[in-house]
Amino acid sequence: MPSAPHLRWIYRAYVAIFFLYLIAPLIAAGAFAFNDSLFPSLPWRGFTLDWFFSPTEPKLGLLHDSRLLRGMGNSLYIGLLVAALAVAAGTSNAFLFERKQFPFKSTLYILMIVPLVIPGVILGISILVFASMIANFADRQLGLFVTWLRPGIPLIVLGQAAFLTTITSLVISARLKKFDISLEEAALNLGASKLRVLMTVTLPFLFPAIFSAFIVAFLVSFENFNTTLMLVGSDAPLTITMYDRMVKVGSTPVLNAVSVVLMLGSGLLALASVLVQRPSKSA
Amino acid sequence: MGRDAGRLSLFLLFTPFVLWIGLLIVLPQIGIGYVSLREKIGINEFSFGLKNYADFFNEPIYRNTLLRTAWISILVTALALVIGFPVAYYIAKIAKERSRAALFLMCLIPLWVSDLVRAYGWIVLLRETGVISTVLLRLGIISTPIEMLYNDVTVIIGLVYTVILFMIVPLVSTLQGMDDALLEAGYNLGGSRFTVFRRIIVPYAMPGIVAGCIITFMLTAGSYLTPVLLGGKNSSWFTEQIYNQFITRYNWEAGATFGVLLLLFTSLVVWAGLMLTGQSLATTVAKD
Amino acid sequence: MSNGAVRDDAPPSTATEGPAMYDLSCSRVTKKFGAFTAVSDVSLDIPSGSFFSILGPSGCGKTTLMRMIAGFETPSEGDIKIKGESVVAVPPNRRNVKMVFQHLALFPMMSVGENIAYGLRCRGESRAEIGKKVAGILDRVGLPGTTDKRIEQLSGGQKQRIAIARCMVLEPDVLLLDEPLGALDLKLREHMKIELKLLQHQFETTFLYITHDQSEALVMSDQVAVMNAGRFEQIGSPKALYDAPVSGFVAGFVGDANCLPGTIADMSGTEARVMLDDGGAVVGTVSDGSTVGDAVELFLRPEALSLRDGEDGMRVAGTVDSLLFNGANSRILVKIDTGQMIEVADPSHTAAMAEGDPVSVSWRPERARVFARRTR
Repeated sequence: MPSAPHLRWIYRAYVAIFFLYLIAPLIAAGAFAFNDSLFPSLPWRGFTLDWFFSPTEPKLGLLHDSRLLRGMGNSLYIGLLVAALAVAAGTSNAFLFERKQFPFKSTLYILMIVPLVIPGVILGISILVFASMIANFADRQLGLFVTWLRPGIPLIVLGQAAFLTTITSLVISARLKKFDISLEEAALNLGASKLRVLMTVTLPFLFPAIFSAFIVAFLVSFENFNTTLMLVGSDAPLTITMYDRMVKVGSTPVLNAVSVVLMLGSGLLALASVLVQRPSKSA
Repeated sequence: MGRDAGRLSLFLLFTPFVLWIGLLIVLPQIGIGYVSLREKIGINEFSFGLKNYADFFNEPIYRNTLLRTAWISILVTALALVIGFPVAYYIAKIAKERSRAALFLMCLIPLWVSDLVRAYGWIVLLRETGVISTVLLRLGIISTPIEMLYNDVTVIIGLVYTVILFMIVPLVSTLQGMDDALLEAGYNLGGSRFTVFRRIIVPYAMPGIVAGCIITFMLTAGSYLTPVLLGGKNSSWFTEQIYNQFITRYNWEAGATFGVLLLLFTSLVVWAGLMLTGQSLATTVAKD
Repeated sequence: MSNGAVRDDAPPSTATEGPAMYDLSCSRVTKKFGAFTAVSDVSLDIPSGSFFSILGPSGCGKTTLMRMIAGFETPSEGDIKIKGESVVAVPPNRRNVKMVFQHLALFPMMSVGENIAYGLRCRGESRAEIGKKVAGILDRVGLPGTTDKRIEQLSGGQKQRIAIARCMVLEPDVLLLDEPLGALDLKLREHMKIELKLLQHQFETTFLYITHDQSEALVMSDQVAVMNAGRFEQIGSPKALYDAPVSGFVAGFVGDANCLPGTIADMSGTEARVMLDDGGAVVGTVSDGSTVGDAVELFLRPEALSLRDGEDGMRVAGTVDSLLFNGANSRILVKIDTGQMIEVADPSHTAAMAEGDPVSVSWRPERARVFARRTR
């Protein structure tokens, strides 16, 4: 449908402004990491990498800020654990819902999607409450101190895995749906055992989906705030550390430096997952 | 090929699912429901009843916070749809093949950036000493620095920003599936631009619209960072209330009550949305 | 046809003495899915080294039969023997029947060499042995040096040969082929028909081939079983099926035929006069138990018809409606005076005819076969 040129220009300008709106805060968060100033604000006082590398106060760089580094370490640890858990459960769920028949299947399928629409804060408090109920019970009735049921990294891992498993299940199911079952029959026909078929044919086919599900789970875990906030103990992950600093201490450009690192890191990981998925699409 | 082997593998696959859904989703939800019904009388002494709910409805501050959260969430969802639809349509139907992929990827980039970084970006831009205020001052448009944080408009701008990608992505994938011939047929049969939009494009995009609205609404109503950071201490956001009850005041009974109410409220809105549009959760949210 | 299959000619005798040694035999195999009977009371014996086809329309149960032989389905009744041993209780990965799948099912994540080595690795053969066998089989199928290629680099015909090589390297007792030519384009399909036949000769392995394409079955097979609605209608050599079908289904499904519905008016011996539904009467030979008064169909092969004058036998008059030119397969479409259209393949006359010419079509009564009318 041809339309008047000025209308088309207005439309294009609108889209351009929209993308400016999308990108502006990211640029603002990133750019001031390189400003040679004690505050993340104008005026521009020249380019510096101090906020990454400087070992001394007042411009303590990211690489020497032990609390931020510890937060990053915690986030990394949590992210890897959560991703591994969510991918393992997600793979199992994909096989369950794609390959097996059982009563109430469609109801249970809905139940599998539900965690996606529970607000993260509520997921957090519900797991906090439930874990505490068990811990209190163990404490009172059995005299056991179950520390891992108290706020801390184990609960954060469980809380994040609770909703990430839905995402990994959906990603891996989508790929399993495209699997040609005759490949498995061919392998069986050629004399492979069932386990061997799984290891040599089915799982290699699923690998791109498993890989990108892992990346997605890791990234979402790394950036998660809402669920984590309710479950955090003494070992705070990076987002919580950053948040504390933002509200309590007031921000210095080291937070911008963290932002730059986060944006670069997640950008690279997202790119990796796109690249792994791509060649498989032609197959 | 034994029947027993089939049973065994079904059991093995079922176990993780049951552990996950049971221990991490269903029982914890029942748990907060249970806590919300009890009332502390003394140390480790509880009575059960609806008193916590009665307290909630008798306290205007709590009530208003929920209403305010609801109202802003619906507004944000509507804004995200109105602002996002033209962009999604542009990406899916108007942009050329090459720029389409690039634009779509650009849409996804902020998706991968933490809420925290995005909110922080807005703070850097909007606060009194922030970029926009400084620039306007330099240009002589304003004479004294202005604080653009800590008001409702900013909160709404920030929320729309946070969630709009979740609106655009399902819209783009639905619109991309639409055959251009449908539109041409619509015009060919004498439709005006408006009727083609209303009769062909919107109905076709409905699953995407519903999916986008559900996700957007859930994310907004459940958001914490953006309203707290951009709205400041008095943002009166419902999740903030929950946090305060739980962590600051250590009043789990009230916090659980708030949590149940928020969950009921959002489920109700999602359910109503699905009913009104004749869609189901499996065909919308779980599509990608 | 009600009971089992009719064998027109005995299978070629094999060297074995006593009870005949068959590579594959099925006796009274039945498969039910709930209330639906997919395969009903099917028996077959395939002698060593022959090319056996099962021909039938889609949904006739031939794929189910093949999946039972491969072990992916268990028969509800009956027995399946490979080299004389019952395999009904043997899981699919322990049966020495290998299968070429409809869409080949080559493993996309493995190279050509890895695909072929897959079965050998499962058997636990040594690396050196595997390498030698893979190279050897690639030579035999005419694709030497493709070991490291990826599957998607191969052409359709090459994939076909790799799928066969992947099975043949395991030296199976029987090779099952489930419509493997279906996905190829017409030209390649024609070529692969011949190539498959040659490969079978070369390997001297028993091939069981499933198809819905009668020309594939006729060209390649030593024996063909025609299957319909879960049952075998007829088992025989391609020539026997073509020249002496035992039912209307076989006559209609194997080869081209003009089919004229009618009712038997009177009979002498097996020769019957059939009153056609659209008017007129023709003479043919009853080949099943049909008798006077039965609703029947009369089948006429196009090449059994002649336009020459002075031919004895049945004769009807008509006019040339149109000429269907197709090289050696050209036909003349004749509208006979009672109104029906029939196709005539009479190469000596095709060139001389023009539309509208009056002709007379004749045939010998024994080449017009009359069968009970097929139920629709």
